[in-house]
Amino acid sequence: MGKNTIIELKNVEKHYQMGDSIIKALDGVSTEINKGDFIVILGPSGSGKSTMMNMVGALDLATKGSIYLDGENIENFTESELAQIRGRKIGFVFQTFNLIPTLTALENVMIPMIFQGVETEKRIEKGTKILKKVGLGHRTGHLPGELSGGERQRVAIARALANNPDVILADEPTGNLDSKTGKEIMKIFTDLNKKGKTIILVTHDLALAKHAKKILKIKDGRLEKQS
Amino acid sequence: MKNHLFLAFTNLKRRKLRSWLTILGIFIGIAAVVSLISLGQGLQNFIDTQFEQLGADKIIIEPESFGPPGSVSDEQLILDDGDLKTIQNFRGVESAESILTRTGVIENKKEQEVVFINGVSEEYINLFDGSDFVEVIEGRQIKNSDNSKTVVGYNHVYGNIWENELRVGSSIEIKGKKFDIVGVLRKQGNPFDDNSIWIEKETLRNIFEIGNEEGIIVAKADSGFDVEVIAEGIRNELRNEKDQEEGEETFSVQTSAQLLETFSTIFTVIQAVFVGIAAISLVVGGIGIMNTMYTSVLERTKEIGTMKAVGAKNSDILFIFLFESGLLGLVGGIIGILLGAGIGKSVEYVATVQLGTNYLQAIFGWQLIIGAMTFSFIIGALSGVLPAMQAASLKPAEALRHA
Repeated sequence: MGKNTIIELKNVEKHYQMGDSIIKALDGVSTEINKGDFIVILGPSGSGKSTMMNMVGALDLATKGSIYLDGENIENFTESELAQIRGRKIGFVFQTFNLIPTLTALENVMIPMIFQGVETEKRIEKGTKILKKVGLGHRTGHLPGELSGGERQRVAIARALANNPDVILADEPTGNLDSKTGKEIMKIFTDLNKKGKTIILVTHDLALAKHAKKILKIKDGRLEKQS
Repeated sequence: MKNHLFLAFTNLKRRKLRSWLTILGIFIGIAAVVSLISLGQGLQNFIDTQFEQLGADKIIIEPESFGPPGSVSDEQLILDDGDLKTIQNFRGVESAESILTRTGVIENKKEQEVVFINGVSEEYINLFDGSDFVEVIEGRQIKNSDNSKTVVGYNHVYGNIWENELRVGSSIEIKGKKFDIVGVLRKQGNPFDDNSIWIEKETLRNIFEIGNEEGIIVAKADSGFDVEVIAEGIRNELRNEKDQEEGEETFSVQTSAQLLETFSTIFTVIQAVFVGIAAISLVVGGIGIMNTMYTSVLERTKEIGTMKAVGAKNSDILFIFLFESGLLGLVGGIIGILLGAGIGKSVEYVATVQLGTNYLQAIFGWQLIIGAMTFSFIIGALSGVLPAMQAASLKPAEALRHA
């Protein structure tokens, strides 16, 4: 493991019980993700890429093998400790944005900071700044329902950036957007990557792969090729 | 914590109708409890005041009867002058006097009213010296030499019994005999007393041709004697004289404490039954909150997953949901308190204005209000424990997969 490695998967297997049979969603995956990487995890639906995202994002534990986050095996943490670490080190962006509909853009962005115990004034200040950065400085008081899809995803990206994490993990971030808006969102990711953020993008869309510095193709729970 | 509360609150706003329906289940119960307890408190205060007025050293001896005062007609049942003598001479009794009551028609010019006419003596009035029962707010009390004077209840002068106004100096007629009003009694807060009139006892005896009956006898214990012991002694003595078996007496002997205790007990039982019913509705309300919260957890599974992904600890989720259900309870409680206060005050109004009693005063102490609010928050939070634990224990990866 190199000194720049942020996330490392070692022979990770993830099994699910489906009725009487066991499905191996991941079947011996090993990879390293380094600081500053722009990685696209590419695979068709059912390939295990969502499971892969859960592993990389420390949202779930492996059935076999180990996952290291900043050199620490995530199995050593309690659920709550892991949640705290996630909140600090990884920012999540989802296909369906997953914003809380009753909270304004700013309040949504402030949520990760709440769970890290950041004070209210600091939260408002930071949240407003980040929303400005993603081009939504004028819409901080709007509810998600009053925003377009692209704007919502920008709010979600701002939320992912709230605690200034090293890694942004995005699951089909353009999947619910038209292609023009999708491109704008991708631009944000590439810009963030240029500023030093590690970007991990999970998608089935080959077109997005061109942004990647490294592509992890996944099929039937195995990594096909690392390029 | 403040932030968890805020998040909980926003969640409630989202499902307004459902939140209100859930709250409805709680506030009906709380309203019932609050109005009953406030009225109960009022009644308790009333009882305490009565006790104070009556004095702890009093023993009341009356014929066993189920009708209103004065309805005892059977010669066997009445207390007579012999009984009064026995009681007056009993060791430890400082003094004892009787009050005789008859229902009678009184006339004021062309008008007629049927009221209770009490026959009292100076000695009887002195038994209650200093008490509201015998206080006159105008004029003077009855004297033993007053064979054509009367002291009237409050309502005769200040109530709406008569078209033709009465006051001190006016006169009324009983069975054709004229009585001058020399005093007005203080308001007692119940129509029986406030509509009654007092005349001298022997005069009443003559007018209504009452033999040696003594009505209700009130004895005052000497200081330094145990009132309960004297009461028991009087009971035994009277039983012996009347040659009656224990448990088959035609009279009752009660200390003022026992008298009020009987009153209190009946009232406590009634209150317990009603509060019990209210408690059932609170349990149902609590189940309603639980149901709402389970639905809420199910609906917001993905949101819970998202919050966990962005750093929410299990305890964060637990508190958000507990506050949410607690808030449902608390808001229900606050509305319930307001509604309960309204019901309590309405009952008080009806009792006071329509029935002319002041037994039922609704009393809202801050203990009742704070207590009811705390209680409703706790019901809400308790009902939310299981759903909140379910929410807190969701695995983030699975929760995020939820549609």
